[in-house]
Amino acid sequence: MQRNHNHTTIVTVEKVIDETPTVRTLVFSDEIMSNVLPGQFAMVWIPGINELPMSVMISDETGKAAFTVRKHGAASTGLFNVKIGEQIGIRGPYGNSFDLKEGKLLLVGGGTGLVPMMRLLTHVKPTDDVTVLIGAKSKDEVFFEDLANRLLANNPHKVIVSTDDGSYGEKGFVTDLVEKHVDQTKFDGVYVCGPEIMMFKTVQSAHSRGIFVQASLERMMKCGVGICGSCCVGEDLVCKDGTVFDGQHLSQNKEFGKYHRNKAGILENY
Amino acid sequence: MEPNLATSIGPIQLDRPVMLASGILGISLDVFNRLYRSGAGAVVTKSLSTEPWEGYPNPTIFSVKGGGWINAVGLSNPGAENFSKMIEPNKDVPIVVSLVGSVPEDFEKMIKQFENCKVTAYELNLSCPHVAKVGLEVGDDPELVKKIVSTVKNSTNVPVIAKVGLGTTHYLNTVGTAIESGIDAITAINTVRSMAIDVETQRPILSNKFGGLSGTPIKPIALRCVYEISSKYDIPIIGCGGISTWEDAVEFFLAGASSVQLGSAIGDNWIDVFNEINTGILRYMEKKNYSKIKEMVGLAKKS
Repeated sequence: MQRNHNHTTIVTVEKVIDETPTVRTLVFSDEIMSNVLPGQFAMVWIPGINELPMSVMISDETGKAAFTVRKHGAASTGLFNVKIGEQIGIRGPYGNSFDLKEGKLLLVGGGTGLVPMMRLLTHVKPTDDVTVLIGAKSKDEVFFEDLANRLLANNPHKVIVSTDDGSYGEKGFVTDLVEKHVDQTKFDGVYVCGPEIMMFKTVQSAHSRGIFVQASLERMMKCGVGICGSCCVGEDLVCKDGTVFDGQHLSQNKEFGKYHRNKAGILENY
Repeated sequence: MEPNLATSIGPIQLDRPVMLASGILGISLDVFNRLYRSGAGAVVTKSLSTEPWEGYPNPTIFSVKGGGWINAVGLSNPGAENFSKMIEPNKDVPIVVSLVGSVPEDFEKMIKQFENCKVTAYELNLSCPHVAKVGLEVGDDPELVKKIVSTVKNSTNVPVIAKVGLGTTHYLNTVGTAIESGIDAITAINTVRSMAIDVETQRPILSNKFGGLSGTPIKPIALRCVYEISSKYDIPIIGCGGISTWEDAVEFFLAGASSVQLGSAIGDNWIDVFNEINTGILRYMEKKNYSKIKEMVGLAKKS
């Protein structure tokens, strides 16, 4: 019987990879999740703890997928602490995907926002000239640099890391690098996922120069299916209308880059 | 005469008969505008409380194999005061403000906070099945229902609706009490208290254990309730529970509802569902030669 994506499927964590002291990748077998589109997400249930939306990470092995999680609040720390052999529930995939252009591409990611970017790299054509910018606070928070290089082994490409404190790669904010690159190169597509301010500035840099840009947004979610309304950004619902939005559309949204809502639905500044 | 979707629920006039049910979407005015543009006749807000509520931790929703959803969001809402400021600029969208509280004073206080807003009606949530001290626990107490409805009716000239559900007091008695206390209309029904257990991990799925069942499985129950209410009382009714197609909406009209609300259908069909239902109702009216919704309200009781 075909699986209804709204029904929770229980999977077992088979492998745990420490990416940084605060970021882990949990690998599991699931054919459907292994084939999701970049930008799509799953609702992940940690039994007895919580359920949270997670972008679906790629795995080297066929038929497998993963979640890359940074421990932060109760839910993400709960997921971070799941051990090999333990069970989690998944439903989805939910959401839309990127409109991948051909030619010169710029991918920008920060933290676990790199997850959809890595999956996007598995969809580029061998002829695409791909630049990946990875932003991190410091050296020990850098991850997926080697993976990006490996995924792009057959492409003309550059993977550039910037750290806020200069302890690795170029010193400064990744958004300054974005500004420099879109100034120098007329990209055919720019794709970004990471902290909202990073996405906001990247969208501005690209959109103001007439470059096609898309961002994959993150919001607190309860249902994931367009019922609860928790993830609204202005008139947009991240779970149903997104997670991927065009820069053109985002530049009209009054809340993007400025506010998010807390659990009670009250607007808070970024 | 060309068929017209306008309807009246007692003193409440709407251009279109399908409303967004409480608890769904409903925390940003931009989303309200979008729903109205998409064909909703009115939007009912999340149930607002005197203070902001975060609701329960996830999982707060569960998709039932065989259809429907069980939710225990826990009435998360920004609080009446914050919410009233958010909708103050609204001029276009008919907004029904849903209120939840434990004592008459809660409702009285919140209604004052909406004095500067365009409010089409208040809907008193007397039936949420998964939060203590409010909702069904209030609806099940006839004395409290009497006090709350009378207090609210004395505090505002805006029409007041009571939303009832299946609790320990027979809902028909709750409806009777609300009518005696001056209520203008009834919304029936709320979600039905229920739960789900995962057999692999052997634990209840929702963090609150119990939630409310919504969607297609409860439609026949809601329809029966609307039919019973309209058979027993002369009160305008808004049907709610599992409506997802125009046929569902028409069934509720025929059972005695002047308007309907939907929520779960949005999770399955997204917000296009409003216009799809509106179009279907219009075609049905053309075929049956009706010019107004009210011509079909309660027709099923004649046979």
